[in-house]
Amino acid sequence: MLAKRIIPCLDVRDGKVVKGVQFRNHEIIGDIVPLAEQYAKAGADELVFYDITASSDQRVVDKSWVSRIAQVIDIPFCVAGGIKSVEDAGRILEMGADKISVNSPALTAPSLINELHDVFGQQCVVIGIDSFFNEASGHYEVYKFTGDESRTQQTQWQTQDWIAEVQQRGAGEIVLNCMNQDGVRKGYDIAQLKAIREVCNVPLIASGGAGAIEHFADVFKQADVDGALAASVFHKGIIDMQELKSALSAQGIPMRKRHSLGEGL
Amino acid sequence: MGQRIVIVNTGCANISSVRFALERLGVSVEVSSEDNVIKSADKVFLPGVGSAFAAMQSIEAKNLTATLQQLTQPVLGVCLGMQLMVESSAESRDGNVNCLGLMPGRVERLKAGDLRLPHMGWNTVKAQSDSPLFTGIPDDTYFYFVHSFAVPVYERTLASCEYGQPFSAALEYKNYFGVQFHPERSGEAGAQLLTNFVNM
Repeated sequence: MLAKRIIPCLDVRDGKVVKGVQFRNHEIIGDIVPLAEQYAKAGADELVFYDITASSDQRVVDKSWVSRIAQVIDIPFCVAGGIKSVEDAGRILEMGADKISVNSPALTAPSLINELHDVFGQQCVVIGIDSFFNEASGHYEVYKFTGDESRTQQTQWQTQDWIAEVQQRGAGEIVLNCMNQDGVRKGYDIAQLKAIREVCNVPLIASGGAGAIEHFADVFKQADVDGALAASVFHKGIIDMQELKSALSAQGIPMRKRHSLGEGL
Repeated sequence: MGQRIVIVNTGCANISSVRFALERLGVSVEVSSEDNVIKSADKVFLPGVGSAFAAMQSIEAKNLTATLQQLTQPVLGVCLGMQLMVESSAESRDGNVNCLGLMPGRVERLKAGDLRLPHMGWNTVKAQSDSPLFTGIPDDTYFYFVHSFAVPVYERTLASCEYGQPFSAALEYKNYFGVQFHPERSGEAGAQLLTNFVNM
């Protein structure tokens, strides 16, 4: 049976892993490569690296760390941030990333999704969406340039409509970051994820709000997401990966088990 | 161990990750699209991601079809590389693309029912027959998959997986082996499978 995925997310700025609260006040957590290695060894199913400065600074930052990560880890990983063209994506994939995730540039030029799909295949194309629940309007609204507070802006898209659009254009997976919950560790936005699940036929990854083991159990059971992404609970050691996976497994949520294997070379 | 291991440069994207995975095992590898280099290798890897149509175009542009059909040493196709080993695939605009024909079989779109496509993530694999490729790998070991097309279970199926329907997770025919999953991204289990192949 296909296992549900636990996905630590590492926000990257200038080659260091950082973590902010609701996208602000970034603090440095550590070097990328040893952290990536540590998560892979601890049993993470996949890793996501977000270069949080790239899109909003209008530059493609040095991505040589992608290759260094590909050399040491043996689980899949996805790179996001500043990928604006087929050429940008090609460079990241050539360095050994399994998937690329596009957020703001897809909102600026949606045809980029079709191009990435046609050149690299649907399985490589992840669309990241920053979605904010507007209490006044009662709508889920898509934002862009969320990496830089001064440039963050609301788009014309309601989240459900954007989800339909990106799927039709060839997205292979969607990471939905629920902005109201991000970094506050009070649980995933179950209501929003349930609503989005109904219109999402590709794998859906929940992001934003994980603070306790029960939050993971809730999002898998109630919103039927394929994976749950989290950052600070892992970086700060609030949740232990193996403890999390055992607890979810005990609640009937399919988790990858690791077998002891035969001899090496 | 002094073996010559060559990864065929198909022009597809996962060449680096396959190379790094082999280097982690301590073997050195060469990436090539040269007929004589590929033919003189002890072991050959055929990687691939993307669509069958685009990959076959790239292979034909590099004049590699005959080279790959003439190999007699162990060859391991990975993901799309495995799908290219059979006769044909449904993955193209008109629903048919001729593949390398290294073994019988056809690639069809996964019929996943209510389940999401692509089939993406870690799933369990069951061996259907004994093969040195799965030595030391128990049934129900998890491997990492990303695909929407697959070869149905048939007489060349070496291991199967289930996602809405059973499909071939691994194939074997003469010196040709293929895996639908990504051993280079499947943790310890993947490393074991790559080790088994290198040790053949």
